[in-house]
Amino acid sequence: MVEQTVQIVSNDLDSDLYYRLVARGTQIAPLVQPGQFAHLRILPMKEALLRRPFSVFQVLGDTFSILYKVVGKGTSHLSRMRPGEELSAIGPLGHGFTVPQPGAETPLLVAGGYGMAALYLLAQRSPQKGIVFVGGRRQVDILCEKEFQALGWDVRVATEDGSRGEKALITQPLTDELRRDRRAREVFACGPTPMLKAVARIADQYNVPAELSMDEHMCCGVGVCLTCVLPVKTNGAWEYQRACTEGPVFDSRQILWEPPP
Amino acid sequence: MGASAVNLSVQLGKLKLQNPVMVASGTFGYGAEYSGLVDLNQLGAVVVKGIRLGPVRGNPTPRTVEVSSGLINAIGLQGPGVDGFIEKYWPFLKTLQVPTIINIWGTTVEEYSEAARRFDALGGVGALELNVSCPNIKKGGAQFGTDLQLLAQVVSACRKATALPLITKMSPNVVSVGPFARVAEESGSDALSIMNSYPAMAIDIETRRPRLGNVTGGLTGPCIKPIAIKLVWEAAKAVKIPIIGMGGIQNASDAIEFMIAGATAVAVGTANFYEPQTAVQVIAGIAEYLKRHEIDDIAELTGTVQIGSD
Repeated sequence: MVEQTVQIVSNDLDSDLYYRLVARGTQIAPLVQPGQFAHLRILPMKEALLRRPFSVFQVLGDTFSILYKVVGKGTSHLSRMRPGEELSAIGPLGHGFTVPQPGAETPLLVAGGYGMAALYLLAQRSPQKGIVFVGGRRQVDILCEKEFQALGWDVRVATEDGSRGEKALITQPLTDELRRDRRAREVFACGPTPMLKAVARIADQYNVPAELSMDEHMCCGVGVCLTCVLPVKTNGAWEYQRACTEGPVFDSRQILWEPPP
Repeated sequence: MGASAVNLSVQLGKLKLQNPVMVASGTFGYGAEYSGLVDLNQLGAVVVKGIRLGPVRGNPTPRTVEVSSGLINAIGLQGPGVDGFIEKYWPFLKTLQVPTIINIWGTTVEEYSEAARRFDALGGVGALELNVSCPNIKKGGAQFGTDLQLLAQVVSACRKATALPLITKMSPNVVSVGPFARVAEESGSDALSIMNSYPAMAIDIETRRPRLGNVTGGLTGPCIKPIAIKLVWEAAKAVKIPIIGMGGIQNASDAIEFMIAGATAVAVGTANFYEPQTAVQVIAGIAEYLKRHEIDDIAELTGTVQIGSD
């Protein structure tokens, strides 16, 4: 974990409301593991104080990039920042994905929308190539299809409106694949919580291990404020664990989707 | 004056701090979490998150919401309890060269005094801060800080249980802070922390649901600073014991304003969440201010607000 000022190298519109930002972060970039995040302070925001967490999308030399969607005040400010401008970054943070070992299970990656951002590094660093399931509402929500193909992965696409790939939720092609062959598979997923919950149910049904990157509302990002907690099973009981520290990646079998009363 | 360094050290009862800048309870975990980013030994003291005798699960999510120039939180004092703290966090904290101040809370007077007794017996603790002002728990916390009799009982009971310096963390949610400050002083407090978060709420207008799982929470951050400054100023007129000022400190100017209002020391809170280096930067900024104003001892700054013409 390092705090450093990073300079924006590029910040370009990818499609629709999605942007790719590359930053020079000499200390942070080399430390990043797949599924970890950077906590960025967007200095032009005056009254919005908190940092915003972003999965690290790609790493190249001393730069790292994020892939983000403009969803609120923070990302709106961020999208207007230009190359040469600076951000304060703390990173890399969190407990990321377990990179498959050579000869291990075939990885099945499941991405919903910008959840894709958390999965690219995993695909790049995995010695086993597998299948990436990319889902979204519309064609514009399908990100990085070509980049995953370039890594040699099999890419399956589904959109809710059928404007690209299969007309279905992304859990449908995942289910079809597991129904076809569930042996020696492991699932890694990142996306909206309802998608992750569905993936956990499918993984359980087919008895396949799954690691999920949970998208929780975050504040400090380093484990002190206890904002980003979620209920997690611990030998017979449960406790609130921190998405920023114990997560964001959790074993799907550990997650309690409804906290007990 | 001249070349000699300014004296930044301050005294809270029998506890001496190398400088007046500490970190506020609940905004710095148990110190270790920030040790990779911040040189903890530069601080005046580390104040840990509120600890109850037993473990506490905390409130349902969402637990914080960002608002204009502030943050509302309703964490619910999640924590490992006294034993969990001693096992997991104390081994690191006791290696620090600066004092650790332990914030304790309970739902009964006996629970407070028992926690005080346990930390007294631990050895090596710098001071205890009594949290009688957390707005986010159903029982305990603020009920002790907003009732003069209960406040007297809880502080007196802790005073009997420990020889450690006692700091009482005051609620802002009272008509007048003066009487509460006096009761805390008369009951044996060595210092006061002013202030805890201010009760607050936010609603999502699309869903019409509260933005916090606990419905209401406590407001902190720069937006509460003027409230805190006024409370420090009032309390300083009411008591002789030192005051630790806190509420929205983001930089040295904010800290200096608290000291001029009457604070002997200050604590950086919410700013730790977005800029972990804040406290260290505040220390340097205070030293620079003192040099610029040719003040050689920080004590000369406390309570120097000029009211009316002179």
